[in-house]
Amino acid sequence: MPLPYYVSPEQVMQDKAEYAKKGIAKGRSIIAMEYQDGVLLVADNPSASLYKISEVYDNIALSGAGKYSEFENLRKAGIRHADLKGFMYSREDVTARSLANAYSQTVGTVFSQELKPLEVEMLVVQVGDNGRSNEIYRISFDGSIFDEHGYAVIGGKSEAVQIVLKERYKEMSSLKDAVSLCLHALEHVTSQKLPLEGLEVAVLARGRAGRKFRRVPASEVRQILA
Amino acid sequence: MPLFSDEYHNSSFFDYLVQHRPDLTPSGRGGHGPASSGTVPDEYRNAAAPPVTHGTTVLAIKYRGGVVIAGDRRATEGFQIADRRIEKVFKIDEHSAMAIAGAAGPCIEMARLFQTELEHYEKLEGVPLSCEGKANKLGQMVKANLPMVFQGLVVLPIYVGYDGKRDEGRIYKYDITGGRYEESDYHAIGSGGKDARNSMREHFRKDLSEQDALNIALRALYTAADEDVGTGGPDFVRGIYPTAKVVAAAGIADVEESRVQSVYAALRDVRTKER
Repeated sequence: MPLPYYVSPEQVMQDKAEYAKKGIAKGRSIIAMEYQDGVLLVADNPSASLYKISEVYDNIALSGAGKYSEFENLRKAGIRHADLKGFMYSREDVTARSLANAYSQTVGTVFSQELKPLEVEMLVVQVGDNGRSNEIYRISFDGSIFDEHGYAVIGGKSEAVQIVLKERYKEMSSLKDAVSLCLHALEHVTSQKLPLEGLEVAVLARGRAGRKFRRVPASEVRQILA
Repeated sequence: MPLFSDEYHNSSFFDYLVQHRPDLTPSGRGGHGPASSGTVPDEYRNAAAPPVTHGTTVLAIKYRGGVVIAGDRRATEGFQIADRRIEKVFKIDEHSAMAIAGAAGPCIEMARLFQTELEHYEKLEGVPLSCEGKANKLGQMVKANLPMVFQGLVVLPIYVGYDGKRDEGRIYKYDITGGRYEESDYHAIGSGGKDARNSMREHFRKDLSEQDALNIALRALYTAADEDVGTGGPDFVRGIYPTAKVVAAAGIADVEESRVQSVYAALRDVRTKER
């Protein structure tokens, strides 16, 4: 058997990272932002049925940018992980931290061991109740995990969006202010007006009993902004 | 914990447990997946089916805007009362509920599993199951429990749901093999089921109001408790009353205890006067 050519691990990783970044950069951006009554998720998504934001458990939501099929697999696995844990133990034992860790492990293992890395970036978000603070975790294509505060951005133009948000983000803002800031940031980096129908908006609202995830349809977004 | 143990493309949480975590299925051994579910172990093949009567009365009755589902609170162990406050009516999701007769442990476990099952499906698929789809899924779970039935651990549910497409409440009853039968007006199961059905037959008519349906349901439970040792009636001394839920277009709601109490207080006054 002929020996494969030697390629330095450094080079392999660099190539993989470049490949994954390129894949993610093709997609649009998604923002998660804390507001006074919970956490808001806004995705630039022209499709009304292929979602980028998903409910995972009572107070946990997930969103993903990049390759849809890969995100969909991760999403389903995450819901299975959460439901299994909640069934085995108790509903309150399902946490975003454990889910984000599981994602980080999976994505990281694929990145280092498989030929093709996953072209996805994810946000795992948990709304805190009973005085506990919200949690936002960002998981990047190589499995590294970041604990974010206030807001987090993933997807194609995430850095540009982040710059806009950094300037204008205020803590404990109202839902109206948070939605309009997200919309402004997304419009600013794409330098075009986004129709509200092209936005996917969802909230984890602290005040809701039981399952706190709720999608906000375009008609309601219009009312909120009015 | 690896997220991708292997390729699995199914929206059912129950099937997932059977395939990957059989230790967590109600029968505790899995092995009877959807394809071969309900196979009877050899040692029970010629055994006579055990009687399915269990101390309980749970019932459901339709009214104009939906369904009332109610149940007594007594759990028995032989001739002893094991629990006076057990809950036999479970909220399953925003538009459905189930009530159970049978062995308490497996009953409660099945209700929890069914809750997870429906929520799991809704989250994976992005849309909830249809009312009929939910009823069928419960039938499969009852069927998977068949080996346990031969060990005397019967679980028999009544399932009620609000069908948004048809704009009406629906009632389903089951047999131990998972057979699913829709009832058009009312139904009751458990050891006092027959007495409750007789009572409801006397009073039922189409297009009841919610309050009338609740009155008939609670009176049927009272009658059942009167005739059947396994069914607990209203306990005025301890303040324990049967529980009821209403499933309607707007969603599911508990009937407050004060409302149940006032129905029974009125009934008691009438019966005392008549004596």
